[in-house]
Amino acid sequence: MGLIQLGRHEKDGVPDVITGSLEKAVNWARKGSLWPMTFGLACCAIEMMAAVSSRYDMDRFGAGVFRGSPRQSDLMIVAGTVCRRMAPVIRKIYDQMPEPKYVIAMGSCATSGNIYDSYPVVQGVDRFVPVDIYVPGCPPTPEALLDGILKLQERIMQKRVFVAQPDQVKANLKV
Amino acid sequence: MHPLLLRIQHTFSVGVTNVNEWRGDVSVTVTRDKLREVAQFLRDDPGMDFDYIVHVSSVDWPDDEERFEVVWEFYSIRKRQRIRLKTRVPETDCVVDSLTDLWKGADFMEREVYDMMGIRFRNHPDLRRILMPDDYTEGYPLRKDFPLRGKGWRDTFDFLDEVPR
Repeated sequence: MGLIQLGRHEKDGVPDVITGSLEKAVNWARKGSLWPMTFGLACCAIEMMAAVSSRYDMDRFGAGVFRGSPRQSDLMIVAGTVCRRMAPVIRKIYDQMPEPKYVIAMGSCATSGNIYDSYPVVQGVDRFVPVDIYVPGCPPTPEALLDGILKLQERIMQKRVFVAQPDQVKANLKV
Repeated sequence: MHPLLLRIQHTFSVGVTNVNEWRGDVSVTVTRDKLREVAQFLRDDPGMDFDYIVHVSSVDWPDDEERFEVVWEFYSIRKRQRIRLKTRVPETDCVVDSLTDLWKGADFMEREVYDMMGIRFRNHPDLRRILMPDDYTEGYPLRKDFPLRGKGWRDTFDFLDEVPR
């Protein structure tokens, strides 16, 4: 991937020094150990579980360690219909996650409310948490979710680590 | 006519406004003041023996004089029979007797009817909203005159103003 180059310093013909960008190394570490937060709200959660289980095995991409606590996770997969009454809970969980943190809106409901254009359903989770990746589908197949994870990893690789980013979300920033 | 309906009509000469059997569904409509009496009969009479409450729901008929209809469904586990009990309430006086003391299972389902349709249940032990939040102020969402998309609650995120802990 061009992430790490072997340097020219050699001792007895064996490469001795490794050079590379520290930023890339940090990003590489971050993207390779996404710990998702279990946040199944509806039928999308079934596909999310399928994506983690043996047939699709999301762990291949380093994103298989689902945590029950937001304090141990850095990726929130919002899988399912978001009701307004659930919204403060989702926001609180998002606030409790340590930086850097990412959000995937999985499925049409979390993205836009889908067909549920009715009084209790929030028309897209991006109304109150910043979303990095939208995965379409109703529900998305596990492959689609894996694609979303890979796209997120591509984005993580492009982030700047030691420079303040305009898109970095402050905890209490309105979206 | 279904023997259950015959029996009910025979027992309650007044108070039962309508009995109906349609494709095996047996239903009885009673006036509000006779509701408890009929319900008690349905539960305690050995021929009826409806010991299980299946569901409590409500219907909004906006053009009718007595606008709301409350529907209870009962099942007898021993006798394997079902019955539907209905009563009507006007909008101006949206109160019916609670059947929670007869069937404990009516508790949450009557709360749901209260939450969604605004019908109050007299002598209910804990009549609070159950699905919508306690401080919900927009009214009763399943009434026919309630706008489909609500009145703005779903799009207001007041918690974003709070400083996160």
